[in-house]
Amino acid sequence: MTIIVTDGLTKTYGGGVTALADLTVAVDAGVIGLVGANGAGKSTFIKIMLGLVPPSGGTVRVFDLDPVTQTDQVRARVGYMPENDCLPPDVSAAEFVTHLGRMSGLPKTAARERASEALRHVGLYEERYRQIGGYSTGMKQRVKLAQALVHDPDLLLLDEPTNGLDPAGRDAMLALVQRIGTEFGISVVVCSHLLGEVERICDSLIAIEGGRLLRADRISSMTAASDVLAVEVADGTDELAAALAEMGMEVSRDGRMLLVPMESETAYDRILRAVTDLDLNLHRLDQRRHRVAELFTTKETADV
Amino acid sequence: MSEAGVIHDIGYQRYDGPRLGRFAMQQALYVHGLRAAYGLGRSAKAKIFPWLVFGIMLLVAVIVAAVRSTIGEVIFTYSQFADQMSFLIIFFVAIVAPQLVSRDLRSGTLPLYFSRPLRAADYVAAKYAALASAIWLLLGVPQFIMFLGAAFTTKTGFKGVWNEVLDLVPGWGYSLLWALMFAGIGLLIASLTGKQAFAAGGIVAVFLMTAPIVGVLASLPSTTANSLAGLASPMTLIAGINQWVSGAEGTGLDLGRFGPVYAIEAFCLIASCLLLLLARYRKVASL
Repeated sequence: MTIIVTDGLTKTYGGGVTALADLTVAVDAGVIGLVGANGAGKSTFIKIMLGLVPPSGGTVRVFDLDPVTQTDQVRARVGYMPENDCLPPDVSAAEFVTHLGRMSGLPKTAARERASEALRHVGLYEERYRQIGGYSTGMKQRVKLAQALVHDPDLLLLDEPTNGLDPAGRDAMLALVQRIGTEFGISVVVCSHLLGEVERICDSLIAIEGGRLLRADRISSMTAASDVLAVEVADGTDELAAALAEMGMEVSRDGRMLLVPMESETAYDRILRAVTDLDLNLHRLDQRRHRVAELFTTKETADV
Repeated sequence: MSEAGVIHDIGYQRYDGPRLGRFAMQQALYVHGLRAAYGLGRSAKAKIFPWLVFGIMLLVAVIVAAVRSTIGEVIFTYSQFADQMSFLIIFFVAIVAPQLVSRDLRSGTLPLYFSRPLRAADYVAAKYAALASAIWLLLGVPQFIMFLGAAFTTKTGFKGVWNEVLDLVPGWGYSLLWALMFAGIGLLIASLTGKQAFAAGGIVAVFLMTAPIVGVLASLPSTTANSLAGLASPMTLIAGINQWVSGAEGTGLDLGRFGPVYAIEAFCLIASCLLLLLARYRKVASL
């Protein structure tokens, strides 16, 4: 199911700053990564989808609704987690999320129940009656996620959800986002300037730069047919490289490792045979997916 | 049907209950604001000041009622009560208005509101109504205590009670005028800054700094300037309206023929405060 469709979407701010230029994408349900450097137009795109800023040109449809004219219907089905700090310090998480649930149109008791549920799902059930001011950054990010989830939206817009988190916190947050996308059946748009981070959890990816669409596709189609084998031996890396090259393989060095494109099922055996022939100590031989970032670097250089 | 006594991990549950419209959200925000004004559902620290002010006003009302019922002397009428308590109301507004709006600005909560169906106008209306109601309760409840004191000790039976009601209702109306005026000005100033201390200081300054202007104008040799002096300060403005409408004496103002001017200015002041608030939040909402 296609949930977000834009056609020639353009946004120019008053001072002549172009935040989005001629953006045309169609996005399917699932976990969607929205990647771009700071100032690439990610936040502007999210604000347009929420009907907070009107586009200067082109059209956008979310769930086949127009955010400009059907703002209320769109917002009722969308949950938004902003990038900045947005939590008052002197209320408890339970109370805050309940209040925002009511602001989304939930009746009183339903709001309270769903707030507890949302906080349970983000892993704050035990701490929910503590004041938010005493929370760690990771817990605050979870409260922000819970308030976006409280009214059971069909689409979550998360603006840099891993901002300010330590590596463990990042992994936990990304796992949570992935769980929301797969188990809860809620589509998620995850904004990030770190491609490596979102590619792990996304079904599809939209990359924008300077307000322009760089690429939008499903992750699977971006990484398909590009698997490589990584070989690492104790010594004699050069000899092995030479031997493999002799066998007609395209070998490239990556630090202590050799990368060999996996053209056929026999590649494993041929590499193993070369290693035993040279009598080397094999440290690792595993299959590696191309990182999406590599695709972008080649594409960008091709464009220039 | 599931068997009783079995605990299931139910996982994520979709919500298919009712979703209320913007009016219900506005109401919820109004109730939330009114409760917050008196520190309900907040920390004990947030309760101290509003209840202190409320306590003092109740105490005064009880004393006034007691004096009246024992020795029969009227210390304040209902509208004089509001006039006399004006400083307490200013302090109440200076504390509560920033609680209602500056907090949201400070902690950056507004994007969370405005990414929901709620609009800037709904937000402004709910907050304004909440603060006006809080101020009105602050005046109206003590006035009601005064009424009870007077009604239970009246010597003329039902007629006396009815006369008292006829005094109370305009008194309540007068309190409402105070509430509408102070809520508008207070919220407007508080909405300009996220720092509660600055907002509180600004509100007190606006109300207190305008009083000397009235004094200066009132001492000018021109009678027109004297009559219009009260326009310079919100407090004397409201007192002037009361004087014009009810012909009450003792406010120290000489309105002359300019009574209607006071009413027009009050109306314009409240309306422009609301419009400016709306413009302010329209701008904030689009960020």
